[in-house]
Amino acid sequence: MNISISLASKKTRHGILKPTSNPPVIFTPGEKIRDEAGFMRGHGTYVSAGSLKATVAGVEQNINRLVTVSPLRCRYNGEIGDVVIGRITELVHKRWKVDLNARLDAVLLLTSIQLPGGELRRRGMEDEQSMRNYLSEGDLISAEVHSIFADGSLSLHMRSLKYGKLGQGVLIKVQSSLIKRSKNHFHNLTVGISIILGNNGYIWIEPTSNDNKDLVGLEDEFEQVVDIGDRQTISRVRNVILALSYYKMLIYDTSIQFALEESKKYTVSDLLTAEACYDIANLTRHRLQIMDE
Amino acid sequence: MSLVSLNEGEKVYIIHGVEENFRCDGRSRQDYRPLELEMDIVSNANGSARLRLANSDILVCVKVEIDTPLPETPNDGKIEYFVDCSANATPTFEGRGGEQLAAELSRFLSLAHCPVFNLSKLCIVSGQSCWKLFVDVLILECGGNLFDAVSLAAKAALCNTSLPNIVGTYEDGKNIDLQISDDPFDTKPLDARDLPVLVSLCKIGNNYVADPTIEEEICGAGCIVISVTPKGKVSAVLKKGAGSFMPDTLNEIIMSGSQIGVLLNKALEETITKDMSSNVCKQRFGFLK
Repeated sequence: MNISISLASKKTRHGILKPTSNPPVIFTPGEKIRDEAGFMRGHGTYVSAGSLKATVAGVEQNINRLVTVSPLRCRYNGEIGDVVIGRITELVHKRWKVDLNARLDAVLLLTSIQLPGGELRRRGMEDEQSMRNYLSEGDLISAEVHSIFADGSLSLHMRSLKYGKLGQGVLIKVQSSLIKRSKNHFHNLTVGISIILGNNGYIWIEPTSNDNKDLVGLEDEFEQVVDIGDRQTISRVRNVILALSYYKMLIYDTSIQFALEESKKYTVSDLLTAEACYDIANLTRHRLQIMDE
Repeated sequence: MSLVSLNEGEKVYIIHGVEENFRCDGRSRQDYRPLELEMDIVSNANGSARLRLANSDILVCVKVEIDTPLPETPNDGKIEYFVDCSANATPTFEGRGGEQLAAELSRFLSLAHCPVFNLSKLCIVSGQSCWKLFVDVLILECGGNLFDAVSLAAKAALCNTSLPNIVGTYEDGKNIDLQISDDPFDTKPLDARDLPVLVSLCKIGNNYVADPTIEEEICGAGCIVISVTPKGKVSAVLKKGAGSFMPDTLNEIIMSGSQIGVLLNKALEETITKDMSSNVCKQRFGFLK
């Protein structure tokens, strides 16, 4: 039995910025960024009394003369081609509604999944009636953003073998801005664990399966028990990612790998404590910094 | 209660993990997540505490007032519990959404405290006036295991409470006028160290886990909440959820719950003592840290 109650006054929450670097200037809503003359108004800004002001709390980003403010915390704004993890919330006429932590639920059309057997054909009435056999409410999927509707909601597709329904594993949620956009969001870590870093801030951790999945991955396999070794690694990866996200560090394969290596001296349950989180985030930042130089 | 839903794969993963005595976050079945406590953070209350258990954030504030005792118990004071579920915690608490949970929490808290708390300490003049304690609990964030967190915070706030000293009484016919000391630091602490804390044990598969997360609460068949005093006495038991328990399992759960409760009480006691001893030039942190 492990019970620890600490005092808030003993807690240390250090920032882990580079000691040499200048901290970024954070604008609050309504704060003046610069005079309007010679600049264009981008996302997150508005014009008032001849000057550009921020509508969100965030940092300024300039592309030539375009001024935008990108918010520090926001819901997920999709872009075409993003890999996302989502949860089915509803089944409606020929489509599934998917929660992506965006402002609106995304849709997954019946025509944008591959049916079992890999056959390509028109989807008829029977397919529509058996939609719940493929994906039902609460199921987790990995998918790709196919297009963006006029109202900002997303349309997804799963027409590739790497996407599909997710089975046994752990889902964690972080800020979507912490996920680094990269070529590949599916990673097999050297410790025998696969992770999918959804651009929407949902991260899926599962044991790497050796046997090839069936073509569409819409089947369930619940008899299989994840063995204790994999389970420990999954929990370790989970706690490490949460530690990185607590200290607002970018999450991508290298940072996770470094953090995992630094976490070796702690047991998995020790990684829940604030001291261990700080230590790992700090050491990881240090190693990333050395790698950059 | 919350918006969290799980698919079958995640549930199976959690259930197998509990069987292996290795939960999703690396804890064993009996472990608690790290807790964080801050006392005396509301300056205009007689006692207050903030407790954070992973994502559950609880603020408890105790106010005292002078009241007349009930005719049937002229030597006893009064204590009243009120729980408020802020809609900040989860959107389901919006409007009247959290009322049922709040009523359940406050009722069980008073049920658990009532056999242990000595109300005669709150008496001022027998049959005429007594102290009335208002224990207000505010749930600001909801990360599972609310019962334990609320009870720990409530006990800490009551331990932090001090009653103003009464410097004089004037009798005016039948009425008695009380004069309370002008000095806000002229107080005497309320002794609440022997109050119980609540221990929730959630049954998942054939095992039970302490300090369940929201995900585990969904997987579980039912949950037993046990109120345990520092000496290990069980003062109340509550079952949450639809599941049923065999008498043997129930006994086993209560026994193990009382063991956990003793340790939980001890940990809280130590933290409160530490807080008291470091009382000089204390800085308030609140929610900014």
